Amino acid sequence: MQRPAPVVYSGANMRPVSSWGRLGAAPHDVVELTDRHAVAPALAGHHPGIAHGLGRSYGDACLNAGGVLWRTVGLDRFIAFDPDTGRLTCEAGVVLRDISRLMIPRAWNLPVVPGTQWVTVGGAIANDVHGKNHHVVGTFGEHVRRLRLVRTTGETIDCGPDQNPELFAATVGGLGLTGLITEAELQLRPIGGPWLEAETVAFSGLDDFFALSDESEAAWEHTVSWIDCTSGSSVRGLFMRARPSSGGTGRPWHERSRRIPITPPVSMVNGLSLRPFNALYYCLSRRRTGVRVVHYEPFLFPLDSILDWNRLYGPKGFFQYQSVVPRAGALGATRDMLDAIARSGEGSFLAVLKTFGARPPAGLLSFPREGATLALDFRNSRAASGLFARLDEIVQAAGGRLYPAKDARMPRALYEATYPNLAAFAAHRDPGMSSGLSRRLMGS
Amino acid sequence: MRIVVIGATSAIAEHCCRLWAVEGADFVLMARDSAKLEKIAADLTVRGAKSVSLATPEFFDPAAIKAFADATLAGGAVDIVLIAHGWMPLGQDALDIASAEQVLQINAVSPVLFAEAFAGPFAQARRGTIAIIGSVAGDVTRRANYIYGGAKSLLTRYAQGLDHRLFGSGVKVVLIKPGPTDTPMTTHMKAAGQRLATPEQVAQITVDAIRRGKTTVYAPGLWRWIMLIVRHLPRPILNRLPI
Repeated sequence: MQRPAPVVYSGANMRPVSSWGRLGAAPHDVVELTDRHAVAPALAGHHPGIAHGLGRSYGDACLNAGGVLWRTVGLDRFIAFDPDTGRLTCEAGVVLRDISRLMIPRAWNLPVVPGTQWVTVGGAIANDVHGKNHHVVGTFGEHVRRLRLVRTTGETIDCGPDQNPELFAATVGGLGLTGLITEAELQLRPIGGPWLEAETVAFSGLDDFFALSDESEAAWEHTVSWIDCTSGSSVRGLFMRARPSSGGTGRPWHERSRRIPITPPVSMVNGLSLRPFNALYYCLSRRRTGVRVVHYEPFLFPLDSILDWNRLYGPKGFFQYQSVVPRAGALGATRDMLDAIARSGEGSFLAVLKTFGARPPAGLLSFPREGATLALDFRNSRAASGLFARLDEIVQAAGGRLYPAKDARMPRALYEATYPNLAAFAAHRDPGMSSGLSRRLMGS
Repeated sequence: MRIVVIGATSAIAEHCCRLWAVEGADFVLMARDSAKLEKIAADLTVRGAKSVSLATPEFFDPAAIKAFADATLAGGAVDIVLIAHGWMPLGQDALDIASAEQVLQINAVSPVLFAEAFAGPFAQARRGTIAIIGSVAGDVTRRANYIYGGAKSLLTRYAQGLDHRLFGSGVKVVLIKPGPTDTPMTTHMKAAGQRLATPEQVAQITVDAIRRGKTTVYAPGLWRWIMLIVRHLPRPILNRLPI
């Protein structure tokens, strides 16, 4: 008996989609991809559009208001794994958390994970994400051995460091604009287990921070600092460093995540809450300084235990401002930025300062470079946009740049001035790929 | 653990298999779309499945279904049979009669035949679990999907009787009734702004129910109470609801 052909749904699936910053929820024509071998026809029928994974970029890199989004979370199958070499091939919609949870018991793990595990492999490549261990292993793209790109022209192209290397360099950190990544082959790293030996050190002042960073780079794989963004350039903070535990295991860890159940009518992060929270967090955490053995998940992904935390910023959403400035001028530039932020009275509970190692970038448009990176959230307010203009000036004067994955507002002139490979990148673009960010910063 | 899955490319079935794969299960999978099934087999292998074999798809011929069950059991004991295939066309108030027959064949007759083919040998071996994916649509049928719902309601009654038959035999019968779930079958509902359960959630509930041998589970559990109310609505009210 022949079964009738299934109904094919396409187009007209308009529904509101927002990115992690929740600055808006414009309708998008969402096309669900579920078969990696049927991506080319799906792209041919609808464009321009952009690939959309878990929507964890903060601004408009994963959005295309009023247009097409190819949703990749249905491309979530593993393809092959070689337990001898640690090579993992998987579809682009596989979530990093699933890879870690599957592979760590087998003594392998992803070399690079960003601050959340709720990221797809495709998104991690397209934004060439970095982790707390950038000075040791670099960015995510450095561990991609091969990827398969489907273009709106109908072509399917494999590329990697040894195969179409120019297109590969454009695709790593290429914000989805060179085509849609359907699968990737990743080189995992052998690990001993899920335990980290972690140390928290309280510091005050930027000199202290940079001294701790320099001192930690050789012996500690992960380094990151929480800072009290209300404290200005005399900044107080907590320097956190960790390395694989040599034998010791910590207390058994069980995931206990909570969800912010509703979006409050106004931002919970505001002038009233900012100072008391930061002071309280600092004082409570300072009492827990010292060396401990901890599970990698709470150390590397502290915010993953609060699901939907982005709702705290209320219905108007928030911006994240993440910059990197070269190490040579980092002290002065960071000091000026922190003073400007403290004066504005804006900021967030989670402000992060860390140093990047000196490694050649994996992609033409990769964000990380040798220097100091500062990341803060700001509720969507008029005061914040004034502050951003000031911070832009400091970053540009110091020869730094901003992270497009976090950005929803940087001026095009700043982007063009700080990403020197833009012209080389343009030659590799897929003309059928377009996002809010590409139109804002590249004109198409 | 040896597991047979009929309709293994369904989103719920695939996610159940992912959970079992991590435990090192052996699989026998059957589905119509062989290209998709091969991708799933590779995925389950990476996730830890000890073995995955793919069966020739045959959903309607009773003799072939019986032969499949016997051959599979001859290859080794089976712990779980998950019967997960289904098909829900849109606009059932305007469905042609041939398609209506298809809906009944795929969603009611075929699942019953698979369950029957395994029930006898399981009873003889005094072990095994027969798990069937039903639907909340089988509790109360409505204009948009009453033929599908009618077929699923047959599964509800059938599973109840099968459970009666196998009571005390050591064989468990588990009926899972998912609410609307975010699968390719329900893309139109998501576009209309409905909040749907994810196949991961439904799969977790299914796997837990099979492990504990629960007879009937709603997935998510809230649907038990929703359907309890809807089942008791008087006809004049039910028929005026915009559902």
